[in-house]
Amino acid sequence: MSSTKVIYALYNDDDVLMDAVKQTRKAHHHIEEVFTPFPVHGLDKAMGLAPTRLAICAFIYGCIGISVATWMMWNIMINDWPQDIGGKPSFSYLQNMPAFVPVMFEMTVFFAAHLMVITFYMRSRLWPFKKAENPDVRTTDDHFLMEVSVSGDEEAMIAFFKNTGAVEVKVIEKH
Amino acid sequence: MYTFSQRLKTSAFILIALGLVGIVYGFLSTPKTIEDVEKIVAAAHHEGHGGHGGHATAASHDTHATPNHEAHAAKPEAHQEATHKTEDAHAVSHDTTHLAATDSIAQPVAPETAKKTLSVVPKKEKHIDPAVAHKEHIEHVMHQLQNKPWAALYVACIFFLLVTMGALAFYAIQQVAQAGWSPVLFRVMQGITAYLPVGSIIFFGLLLASGLHMNHLFTWMEDGVTKPGSPNYDALIDGKSGYLNFGFWIIRAAIFLLGWNLYRYFSRKNCLAQDEASDDAYYKKNFKLSATFLVFFIVSESIMAWDWIMSLDPHWFSTLFGWYVFASFFVSGITTISMVTLYLKSKGYLEYVNSSHIHDLSKFMFGISVFWTYLWFSQFMLIWYANIPEEVTYFVTRINDYTLPFWGAVGLNFVFPFLTLINTDFKRVAPIVVTAGVVILFGHYIDFFNMIMPATVGDQWFIGVSEISSVLFFLGLFILVVFNALTKAPLTPKRNPFMEESKHFHY
Repeated sequence: MSSTKVIYALYNDDDVLMDAVKQTRKAHHHIEEVFTPFPVHGLDKAMGLAPTRLAICAFIYGCIGISVATWMMWNIMINDWPQDIGGKPSFSYLQNMPAFVPVMFEMTVFFAAHLMVITFYMRSRLWPFKKAENPDVRTTDDHFLMEVSVSGDEEAMIAFFKNTGAVEVKVIEKH
Repeated sequence: MYTFSQRLKTSAFILIALGLVGIVYGFLSTPKTIEDVEKIVAAAHHEGHGGHGGHATAASHDTHATPNHEAHAAKPEAHQEATHKTEDAHAVSHDTTHLAATDSIAQPVAPETAKKTLSVVPKKEKHIDPAVAHKEHIEHVMHQLQNKPWAALYVACIFFLLVTMGALAFYAIQQVAQAGWSPVLFRVMQGITAYLPVGSIIFFGLLLASGLHMNHLFTWMEDGVTKPGSPNYDALIDGKSGYLNFGFWIIRAAIFLLGWNLYRYFSRKNCLAQDEASDDAYYKKNFKLSATFLVFFIVSESIMAWDWIMSLDPHWFSTLFGWYVFASFFVSGITTISMVTLYLKSKGYLEYVNSSHIHDLSKFMFGISVFWTYLWFSQFMLIWYANIPEEVTYFVTRINDYTLPFWGAVGLNFVFPFLTLINTDFKRVAPIVVTAGVVILFGHYIDFFNMIMPATVGDQWFIGVSEISSVLFFLGLFILVVFNALTKAPLTPKRNPFMEESKHFHY
């Protein structure tokens, strides 16, 4: 396939957009993407997107963080050079544990937060010199755009999207 | 309108009856005379000669209040050796035990005393007749044993009273914050706080009983504590007697209980009046009342924690204690709201409560559990780290004599709810929320147990008939009063300005 056609249906209200998404799903048109200037509550559910697993990642990263902190301080303070510092008992990790808790806590949060953010960037393909993928400049300001792949009768689809309250319907050749 | 199911009512009566029988049994079975205690102590020692049991008792006895023991206790071998030596000379064992034990309620241990306790010194150096020392030790144990049923009653009573206060504080916060999700739960909260007047009266009775010397819960109330020259004289308590004296103390208690009850009474009255009103005047009244109450509450709560719990250890003080106690009963109050809501919902009474409301309550249970842990740890770690003898005794007694409840409370109140309620989906599943709730409530009972028991019964603690029946009695009473109050008004307020939002709350 050298090229495929997509329809860009533009809306100027998020409620209209939500209705349009629901109708489109009902009519079994495949929604490629929706571009909005701000998060529209419930849009992911209406589009039928799978829930995110980012929180599960964060939990695992937190577990790694606390393990790193525990191993690090056990190795440094108990295993490698168990000095008597101000009478604190460095005979075993457990005996001196209260002193290590602040570090363990911070490391857990640090790992969970930073690795989760990095995971987010990687999964959403975001980085500093990334070329913006914006089909229409107005979608970052006050317009909502739904991108639907064309299959079958093009004219009928245009009419369908005009009917959903779109302020503008375009057919684009996507390379 | 809610109707009190006959089965629940019967269960409540059974709990009350069982509890009462157990409480009375607890009081009847405490030793009355020195001779009884002699027998008990002798039996404990006899057992000990065979195995390690008796050694352990003696050990915990002498570590009871010697702060300098802390480092010592860290090394089990050294500790056991000391214990064995103590056991060898019977009289000396009593002697050291006595020294340590009285110290827990008298002076913070001077360095020499601690040394004496550690290395067994010949008798004559002590200038104390072993017979007299033995008698004093037995008397000390007798006081602890006689305190047991009282302390059990006190813990259960204050726990249920403060659970109600937790719910009341949460209710006031919801009003002031103009929360849009919670108005459908207001009647449930009001139902729970209906226990407040009943609980206050019983608790005030207990405070009066302590003041009338019916028990030895508060050592600073003993005769002669503030009289120089008296054998009971305690300079530290005498120095605090401007604050810790019965008259001022009981007046403070009366003011706090009255203030809380007044807020509850008028808040509910206004809420019911708002149902029938044609404008929002009563709603606004409640808003102002709640804001005022919250200011009064945070001051009275802090002082309440010093008066009713911290003063059981009159030599010890901690700055964040009031907040710590607050976190403990606040999370219990929220958990109780959640559990009563789930019960009523399962019986089909709460039409507008959906899983999002449960989800919100679970988030609060989770968050405040972590908050409790934060304060628990902050208090523990600061004292552990600096290890100043005069304040570290508090934790030494708890770690040595209450090892399982002390660390177990952290598991029940932090680890378990943290791992179960961290998952978003789990926060909506009734069986999981109920399980976490039961664990949290049990854990915070243990938390109050840990705060009160070491000061009143010391190492003579046991979760036995007295403790369990006291909880059963107050649980039965709580269920009876709360569910009876729920039948008195419709479960959904009619004209709250945030009612519509709350009915359609969705998260």
